Amino acid sequence: MQDRNLVTITPYNDGPLIVRGDFEILRQDGTDATGGRKTVALCRCGVSSIKPFCDGTHKLVNFSASDDE
Amino acid sequence: MSIATDRFSQAAPSLGFPIAPRGPLSSQLVELLAKHPHDTDEGASLQGLVTTALARADIISRNDDIQLSLFIFYGLHYGIFEGNAEQWEWMPHLITARTALEQAFESELRDRVEVPDLPDVTRSAVAKALNVLTSAEGGPSLSRFIAKKATVDQLKEFLVQRSIYTLREADPHSWAVPRLTGRPKAALVEIQADEYGGGHFDRMHAEIFARTMRGLGLNSRYGYYLDDVPAITLTSLNTMSMFGLNQRLRGAIVGHLAAFEMTSSIPNRMYGNGFRRLGFDETVTEYFDEHVEADAVHEQIAAFDLAGGLAEQNPRLLGDILFGASACLVVDGWAADHMLHSWTAGTTSLRAPFTSAT
Repeated sequence: MQDRNLVTITPYNDGPLIVRGDFEILRQDGTDATGGRKTVALCRCGVSSIKPFCDGTHKLVNFSASDDE
Repeated sequence: MSIATDRFSQAAPSLGFPIAPRGPLSSQLVELLAKHPHDTDEGASLQGLVTTALARADIISRNDDIQLSLFIFYGLHYGIFEGNAEQWEWMPHLITARTALEQAFESELRDRVEVPDLPDVTRSAVAKALNVLTSAEGGPSLSRFIAKKATVDQLKEFLVQRSIYTLREADPHSWAVPRLTGRPKAALVEIQADEYGGGHFDRMHAEIFARTMRGLGLNSRYGYYLDDVPAITLTSLNTMSMFGLNQRLRGAIVGHLAAFEMTSSIPNRMYGNGFRRLGFDETVTEYFDEHVEADAVHEQIAAFDLAGGLAEQNPRLLGDILFGASACLVVDGWAADHMLHSWTAGTTSLRAPFTSAT
């Protein structure tokens, strides 16, 4: 039975890492950058202007990374 | 008391809402809703008025009387009216009339909205097809115009146009929650919970938008500007309401939400830039900044888990999922084009220009 607090990180094809669960996001100085959102998207392509969060701009650079069957 | 507050106080007492009819059908509707259903037989006249309105309409999506009437019918379900109007929600004459309008409206949309070839029924193929659909280069860009060129008055018009939907943001898609089951239902709730601020009133997207409106000196009460917006603006909301309120169209509302979320983050950054360019602060721009981040999450859930998941769960809905997504882009494109063409031509996109009394 799945632990309700388990953090899951799921890469979405050609897009960000979707994080769910009981996570915290910290800055390098230790301060909290989690924000209030229950599900977040972390930038995988490197282009986001709001890192560590995704801002959708991976589409503009045709970021490609998928585990298509 | 300024003239501006009189719009609601002038409204028919038992409707509680300012609506100026736009033809015989909406005129009869407004008159009807002010009475109690038990006090009138005139509901029976609606069907004939619908038939005439449809016969006379050139393009249903641009017809003021029909689109305002649909807005009113759906408004009964959204609960935007007060008094006697509340008694009419399920009255058979109204349901019959609305269903007749919907049949013609849906038929026109299916005729005019081009749908791409259907992908394989897998999450990743469906998401990829939606990605291709929503990445296609459109015409000249409303968001770029707002980012770089719009005046303060045009920004106000933009907010007024958007307010018809956005002051009730997410409600049209929420209709689908009871109509879905299993994993797609969970995906929809994951998105919608975030739209409603996770249950925090101040973080509800509709409320954040209300703050943006007030920051531009606009009235944020729902429907205040209804009489100012053209038919095409109502069509955008009516499309969502029709999809959301009909079980048989649940594929379409899912596709619509996916396309909506997938075409949000980048334009919202541009809108925010436009407001910043004209000196507005975070109280005003919070709505756009929030959507850049939120919809980067939502678009993934909507494409893969919701639309892809629904197609896997029920492959017969695949066609409607792609139809709903395409319809979102086309209809919202018409509304955006109207704004862009008006402003480029130096005229108002509203039915009449703003006055100091608006």
